Amino acid sequence: MMKKIIYSTLFFFLVGNSFAQQTPAEKQTTAISIEGATAHLGNGKVIENSLIMFNNGKITFVGSAMMKIARQGKIINAKGKHIYPGFIAANASLGLAEIDAIKASRDFDEVGIYNPHIRSLIAYNAESKVIESMRPNGVLMAQITPRGGTISGTSSITQLDAWNWEDAAIKIDDAIHMNWPNSFTRGRWWLGEDPALKPDKNYAKNIMQIKNYFNNAKNYLAGKKEITHLPYQATKGLFNGSQKLFIHVSGQKEITDAVSISKDLGIKNVVIVHGDGAQFVSELLVKHKVPVILDRPHRNPDSEDDAYDYTYTIAKILTDKGILVGLGMEGQMERMNTRNLPFYAGTFSAHGLEKEQALALITLNNAKILGIDSFVGSLEVGKDATLFISEGDALDMRTNIISKAFIQGREISLETHQTKLWKRYSNKYK
Amino acid sequence: MRKLFLLLFYLSLTALQAQDYFPTDKGVKTTKNEVVAFTNATIHVTPDQVVKKGTLLIKNGKVVSVGKSIRIPSGTQIIDLSGKSIYPSFIDIYSDFGIKKTKRKSGRFGGTQYAAEREGYYWNDHIRPETNPITEFKFDTKKAKGFLDAGFGVVNTHLHDGIIRGNGLLIALNPNSTNSYRVLDDMSGQYLSFVKSNKSKQLYPGSRMGAMALLRQVYYDADWYAKGNMTNKDLALEALNKKKNLVQFFETDNNLDALRADKIGDEFGIQYTIIGSGEEYERIRDIKATNAKFIIPINFQMAYDVSNPLLAKHISLRDMRKWNQDPSNLSVLSKNGVTFALTTHKLKSMKAFHKNLQKAIKYGYDKKAALAALTTIPASIIGNNTIGNLNAGSHANFIITSGDVFDAKTIIHENWVQGEQNIINNMNIRDISGNYMLSVNNTSYDLVVTGKGAKQSGTIKKSGKKVKSKFSYKEGWISITLNEDTGFTRMLGKIINESNVMQGNAFDTQGNKSIWSASKKVMKNSTKKKSPKKSKKEVVTVLPVSYPNIGFGNYTLPKTETILVKNVTVWTSEDDGILENTDVLLKDGKIAKIGKNLSDRRANVIDGTGKHLTAGIVDEHTHIGASAINEWAQNSSAEVTIEDVVDPNDINIYRNLSGGTTSAQILHGSANPIGGRSAIIKLKWGENADNMIYKNTPKFIKFALGENVKQSRSPNGVRFPQTRMGVEQVFVDYFTRAKEYDALKKSGKPYRKDLEMETLSEILNKERFISCHSYVQSEINMLMKVAEKFNFNINTFTHILEGYKVADKMAKHGVGGSTFSDWWAYKYEVNDAIPFNAAIMHNAGVTVAINSDDREMSRRLNQEAAKTVKYGGMSELEAWKMVTINPAKLLHIDDRVGSIKVGKDADVVLWSHHPMSIYAKVEKTIIEGKIFFDRAKDIEKRKAIKEEKSKLINMMLKEKMGGGKTQVPMKRKDRNFHCDTLEELKS
Repeated sequence: MMKKIIYSTLFFFLVGNSFAQQTPAEKQTTAISIEGATAHLGNGKVIENSLIMFNNGKITFVGSAMMKIARQGKIINAKGKHIYPGFIAANASLGLAEIDAIKASRDFDEVGIYNPHIRSLIAYNAESKVIESMRPNGVLMAQITPRGGTISGTSSITQLDAWNWEDAAIKIDDAIHMNWPNSFTRGRWWLGEDPALKPDKNYAKNIMQIKNYFNNAKNYLAGKKEITHLPYQATKGLFNGSQKLFIHVSGQKEITDAVSISKDLGIKNVVIVHGDGAQFVSELLVKHKVPVILDRPHRNPDSEDDAYDYTYTIAKILTDKGILVGLGMEGQMERMNTRNLPFYAGTFSAHGLEKEQALALITLNNAKILGIDSFVGSLEVGKDATLFISEGDALDMRTNIISKAFIQGREISLETHQTKLWKRYSNKYK
Repeated sequence: MRKLFLLLFYLSLTALQAQDYFPTDKGVKTTKNEVVAFTNATIHVTPDQVVKKGTLLIKNGKVVSVGKSIRIPSGTQIIDLSGKSIYPSFIDIYSDFGIKKTKRKSGRFGGTQYAAEREGYYWNDHIRPETNPITEFKFDTKKAKGFLDAGFGVVNTHLHDGIIRGNGLLIALNPNSTNSYRVLDDMSGQYLSFVKSNKSKQLYPGSRMGAMALLRQVYYDADWYAKGNMTNKDLALEALNKKKNLVQFFETDNNLDALRADKIGDEFGIQYTIIGSGEEYERIRDIKATNAKFIIPINFQMAYDVSNPLLAKHISLRDMRKWNQDPSNLSVLSKNGVTFALTTHKLKSMKAFHKNLQKAIKYGYDKKAALAALTTIPASIIGNNTIGNLNAGSHANFIITSGDVFDAKTIIHENWVQGEQNIINNMNIRDISGNYMLSVNNTSYDLVVTGKGAKQSGTIKKSGKKVKSKFSYKEGWISITLNEDTGFTRMLGKIINESNVMQGNAFDTQGNKSIWSASKKVMKNSTKKKSPKKSKKEVVTVLPVSYPNIGFGNYTLPKTETILVKNVTVWTSEDDGILENTDVLLKDGKIAKIGKNLSDRRANVIDGTGKHLTAGIVDEHTHIGASAINEWAQNSSAEVTIEDVVDPNDINIYRNLSGGTTSAQILHGSANPIGGRSAIIKLKWGENADNMIYKNTPKFIKFALGENVKQSRSPNGVRFPQTRMGVEQVFVDYFTRAKEYDALKKSGKPYRKDLEMETLSEILNKERFISCHSYVQSEINMLMKVAEKFNFNINTFTHILEGYKVADKMAKHGVGGSTFSDWWAYKYEVNDAIPFNAAIMHNAGVTVAINSDDREMSRRLNQEAAKTVKYGGMSELEAWKMVTINPAKLLHIDDRVGSIKVGKDADVVLWSHHPMSIYAKVEKTIIEGKIFFDRAKDIEKRKAIKEEKSKLINMMLKEKMGGGKTQVPMKRKDRNFHCDTLEELKS
């Protein structure tokens, strides 16, 4: 079957293919009906032999194909296939760097400690070759997040088929990201200290500084603002509830401090990112309705004595405790690995979560946490027609084979820099 | 008090020095010839020979005679030691006493990188056998006092700097003398270590394995030099040859290094005396098997302060156990018949020495053995029979104690060295401890004196209430100051004769003088003494050691079982493909039968219904299980081998088993074009390094191309090569020289043995195979052409991300490709890396493997194989081969592993699902018929870790509550950040 796909797409072969990405698809002009697929709605529900219809970029019907209802526009027969809402990568940094090792291509980490005014969106390279490689795996949206500092900056959410960052944005300046101090510090080996981690004596001081910063910002915003303070100005959304504060934090103590201090400061929407140890403070998180964006399970457990599958089972543990859990991408080689997002969800499913629960991590849960669930994250009438058809279970690498994908109803190209090279060289040895 | 001692030292110094032929400014020349007899003492002549009520006769710094009935010549000074004991003074055989530490040159880089900073010596600055510290030696009186107080009479010292450090000095700790007498031996052994010299910034060696290779090369070169084959002068090699018959001491600080040192020694017929780490008990069988004598430090850990549970949970079980188990080390060594001496080396304070020793004794260490380890054993190691015993003719080095020297209550009174007295705790000062009734100015007080020997303190109460007071007892004088509402009262007095009464003059606030006295109360509760409670011997709990001695270690190693897996789906990785509902019998460590309805009465039967059985995964490229990865300090490091630095204690070995990996090639890193030799291991968790390494497999070496070797991301990249053009020439240069070397060697003419050239000759002779780190097509093509020019083939290109661009050329050359499934965009040279690479190479006829190069990915290579189904449409059968039989082929171990075939090693994995499904979990991982990973057992292990940690936490809390010292909890650093691997570049 794969072979067929290979050859049927070979005629796409382009001259001068080393130049950047696929042309963004045009606006949906005719309605589309997808019939017969197993629909995974993203909200936990599954419809066998489904009918999904969308027009003008919005979903107009979600139901059973047995329903006697008129099929609109172009009909796609997807019998035996699966249909999913487009996957959403939280805490990602796509488009902010092209080649990790090349400084000139890196745009994710600005100097400065408190950078709420630094905005990721304007540096987002919509034509990144890395971004186009997301789509053949079903990853169609991402939260573009700056890194570094204590307050890294402000993120925005994009869809992954656009001419430029303005086209790409589906939610602008959705959240401010903060790296919470660690209560442990590493010995400075270059001064002959033991490189092991020891309790950081400055932790309390660091926390105090953060408190002071936000209090000053709050006072500034309440005042006359005679002299403009750009960073303080940029925190406004945190206090009026229009922006979320994503606190990147791990550790039982740190999470507790982060949640209670931000509540004290009057910050309305708080999200915990990473959240190692969150299972021990679940009551606090549930009480304040604080969700957690987990890291990829494909990483080593933090400590030698941790179970080998610790990072695989954590999603199940937190979900069972009633915490809203999503899945993020920060870490080593995060941009190119964002295309593995479905397989991270799959791993969480192999180790505890039900398949549809695991799917929700990268669809509806992430959408809720990012505050975009009113228009994406599940296959529901009225939401964006951002979805795709897979030959099989999209959370399993063997069967995550995507034949069609739509963003806002536009059928996007699934070609990439990589598929072009594949065809070019497959052809060479024919 | 101390000042007084110093004064005494000084006085005796002036009186005693009289060298026969030396002129003197101090009046007439006198010759010291006194005879001193110590009588009525319990004399430990040696640990095995104890004389009760014996006499020790000394003269001129030597023992004249010792025994029960010794004739004491007239004119002898007699010292009655009734009730006291005499022991030979201790020897610390490993010290830096009196030799100034070399300060490290500041800055890690800069200056020379490859070249030596010296001329006339060996090419490597860290080889300094010519060092003779006698010129720098300065007797350190302050440090000597510490040693003397603890009972030491002789130390063996050297300059702790470099890999070969030169000779040592045996020093009598005699402050009353000069170096003319103190230096007992100025050639006491030669010293080695794996630590570089602070005197030079020469980069090589940059790793443990480099240091090991360097030592080997030094020994070869010393031999070559000795035979007169070198035209240049090399003072270092000359010195090494001169000192080669001395005792060779090798300092290490962990078991792995101790075994590594011993391995080098064995290769060159040298039995090192090894300075150990204190953790020998963790691998006692291997330690014993070295047959080496050891020198063991006794610096025990403090308990962790675990009172804050949030902090406490970060401490690893490995570190917690150390606190509990380390004190048993000496006992374990002793019971296993390892010959060892003790050292105070690494001890932060000399005061801890006796305390720790007493602790070790409590943990089962025999006192007689302890005495031997401080006297006769170090003496025999250093080959000097005149110290460490009190036989006639030996140095008069001995301590006088109040009793058993290893008892906590015992006081060391005096330490005589070379017949000179050093007073530690004046034995003529009475022990006045006890309860007294004190009367002064018609008022009665209770005085309680506590302490031992001369160190006594007193507290005073009036009618049960404490009175502000100062008490001192010095040189027999008792001084008391009372501070009451009525004013100060000062008292000074002495014990009257031999009575229990203190008496003296008192002065009140107005300066009026009166008499005060205090008489000892008779203890009334003597009934207690008659019925002594059964001496409450503290029960010591030592937790069992696991292999390795960390969480998830094995208490007993798995045994070969006969295992019958019934009714399972078998992925053969052979032409048979997938066999449904099949039985597989594993017997004697091999795959015995594959078929239907198999039975074996003795077999452990596993129901495989609904499950899948595959061959164990083979990872062609990993860096787990090693203490070092890169010998980065030269552009070729063919002389090093990862086999030298396999680390069986790495938790990643266990974690890889949990993902079904059973065999792996630990490759050298990619910092230089010609890297080091590989280790191919089986992941036999719990075994030692030797037992993990494959025996008799073809040999491999790592080569590397591209950005890493040309130091693209190094801010101080200056060394050759800096371009791909240069990289080619590195190969051409080395192979040209290797060819010439090999020709000379084969001609039968004498040649200088060069480990690098030996390795490269093996490649030319097709006895060693190259696995080459590679990315872009130009360099891949280049290396094949270089190999063809020298008439050999590249075995494997690893990473090989642009292999798809030259797949036809690769197939023609016959090289395999071991690649990542989908990594790209992390550096410039992987810009064109595509996940379809494996499929394209496979379709072009190249043997393709999927490797990890990552300790996390290596535990789920099944998923990485599955990605080739998604990217490029590989069939599942072929995809699965890419992590089993194909890498086995590339490693030339396919005759033993990589598929399920009768006669092959029983290295198999039982999966819960289709092995390439994301939902697959490993149920059991079996190597040679031994179950090394079992999901059910793993759950038990997790429970056991939790229980053991709680146990240790309770023990530590008890220690803290009991007043024991504690240390701040710390979190073990991640292995990826190990210092040794610091400069390591990701390959």
